Amino acid sequence: MSDAVAIAGVTRTFATGRGPAVTALQDVSLTVAPGEFVSLIGPSGCGKSTLLRLIADLDQPTSGIVSVFGKSARQARLDQDYGIAFQQAGLLPWRTVAANVELPLDLHRVPAAERRARVAELLDFVGLADFAGSYPDQLSGGMQQRVAIARAFAEKPSLLLMDEPFGALDEMTRERMQTELVRLSAETGAAVVFVTHSIPEAVFLSDRVVVMSPRPGRIREIVPIGLGPGRERGEALRENPAFYAAVTAVREALHGDGAVPVGVENR
Amino acid sequence: MTRRVLLAFAGVLLLGAVWELYKDLGPATGVKVGELAILPRTTDLAMPHLWTILDRLGQPVSSLPGSLPLVVAVLQACLVTLGIAGAGWGLGVVFGFLLALLMQAVSLAERAVLPFVILSQTVPVIALAPLVVGWGAQLPAWQEWMSVSLIAAYLAFCPIAVGVLRGLKSAEATQLELLHSYAAGWWSTLTRLRLPASVAYLLPALRLGASSAVVGAVVGEVSTGTEGGIGRAIVEYAQASGGDPAKPWAAILGAVAIGLVAVGVVALLGIALRRFRRWEVAA
Ligand SMILES: Nc1ncnc2c1ncn2[C@@H]1O[C@H](COP(=O)(O)OP(=O)(O)OP(=O)(O)O)[C@@H](O)[C@H]1O
Ligand SMILES: [Mg+2]
Repeated sequence: MSDAVAIAGVTRTFATGRGPAVTALQDVSLTVAPGEFVSLIGPSGCGKSTLLRLIADLDQPTSGIVSVFGKSARQARLDQDYGIAFQQAGLLPWRTVAANVELPLDLHRVPAAERRARVAELLDFVGLADFAGSYPDQLSGGMQQRVAIARAFAEKPSLLLMDEPFGALDEMTRERMQTELVRLSAETGAAVVFVTHSIPEAVFLSDRVVVMSPRPGRIREIVPIGLGPGRERGEALRENPAFYAAVTAVREALHGDGAVPVGVENR
Repeated sequence: MTRRVLLAFAGVLLLGAVWELYKDLGPATGVKVGELAILPRTTDLAMPHLWTILDRLGQPVSSLPGSLPLVVAVLQACLVTLGIAGAGWGLGVVFGFLLALLMQAVSLAERAVLPFVILSQTVPVIALAPLVVGWGAQLPAWQEWMSVSLIAAYLAFCPIAVGVLRGLKSAEATQLELLHSYAAGWWSTLTRLRLPASVAYLLPALRLGASSAVVGAVVGEVSTGTEGGIGRAIVEYAQASGGDPAKPWAAILGAVAIGLVAVGVVALLGIALRRFRRWEVAA
């Protein structure tokens, strides 16, 4: 079976008006196996979002190859092989919560009855069943983010691309969503590429944590997290010494050159 | 909404008050800078009292036997003009919309067409009217009022095209990327995102288009010599104003009423579309 994501020698530079071009990513190579959970962590501006956008075919590499399930990123997008959740919820304000979750199903002509059942199930999952008829402006930021996460899961994708999806959530909801996400991705066998600023979050969720460094954006180190398969991870894991050891390993990888990077939280 | 209706009503009252106040306090000879008249004379001949105008509305149009009360004649003329302006507005909306869609879909079209759309509005209606009438005369089943509607459409389509284009482009980049990630095509993106997002821009554009269409219809009637509408009535009554100064003002009042009705219709449309204006309400 082909890799969920295969990135080979990818460089992405942005031309900026008059100044020198910005190298957001330089010679990045990474593979993600089917069903594997990989987090990207690194200081602000190191190219995490850019990498995710390349996988999603929202942007194209300057050089190098991105393939998703053995196809070009473009083909994978056209085939709807992935679900996506951005840092901003990106909900449509004129659609109710239910209609927002329904959007991808609606666009891909899923029958109405099936659509309704799926939306109810997803809203249950994110704990917003009571808000199905509300509009986004009636929800808190964290609730809006949960709607976006439900939407990302709508089509049971075999790959999930998430850019700091829990950034706007309070700590309790965040931990609950982490537990749910790790369980759900394990159950559905979906591979996940997850961008985060939080070391414990990356450790709790991931099979591997990719540590990146900025200017130019590079992979500094890939830390394997040997905490067992996702379906066995629960709240107890957060108290486990192995968990702390993994957190320390990632932190050391991040701080490798001694300088304290900006924009990385230690919580 | 009731607040806005009340505000519009208060605006009309205020206008009336200003009229009477100036008439009372202004110099009888009007205000002039050099030879240039800035404000009109305040004599009863130039500026009849509002109640004189209202009173005049209740009396017959002329002294001929069997002539209708003036208010009936003015209302009839208003309906004719409203119909003509409505047809012109509808045509302008369709044409403006199509143009905006074309400009949104093909960016080359935007650069090529937009300047002409704006330039087109600099051609005065007076110059355009004989042309339109001339073209119409060559078509079978062409009627006089259609020329006037066409002129109204000509004035209405520009603000609509420009407003709709801005609206279609107002969708946020993240929302566009989301639809892109769903492999949504041009049409799906239009119906699911661009059109709903454009409503906030659409309503002012439609409102502007509606008042342009009314102005176009009134001016068009006069410059094409079309009879039966309020534009013609204003000219006709003005010729009689020597002995009957309130009469043309009654017709002008009618033209103002048409404008208010047109804007009111767009406001109703805004209520129907309020689901798409949630962030306006929230803001
Ligand atoms: N469209 C763009 N045009 C120009 N430069 C860009 C563009 N997108 C990203 N960059 C640059 O590329 C670099 C990486 O940006 P990116 O958004 O991928 O960082 P990030 O790791 O996601 O940061 P953060 O953690 O703050 O979200 C930055 O220096 C940014 O300025
Ligand atoms: Mg980012």
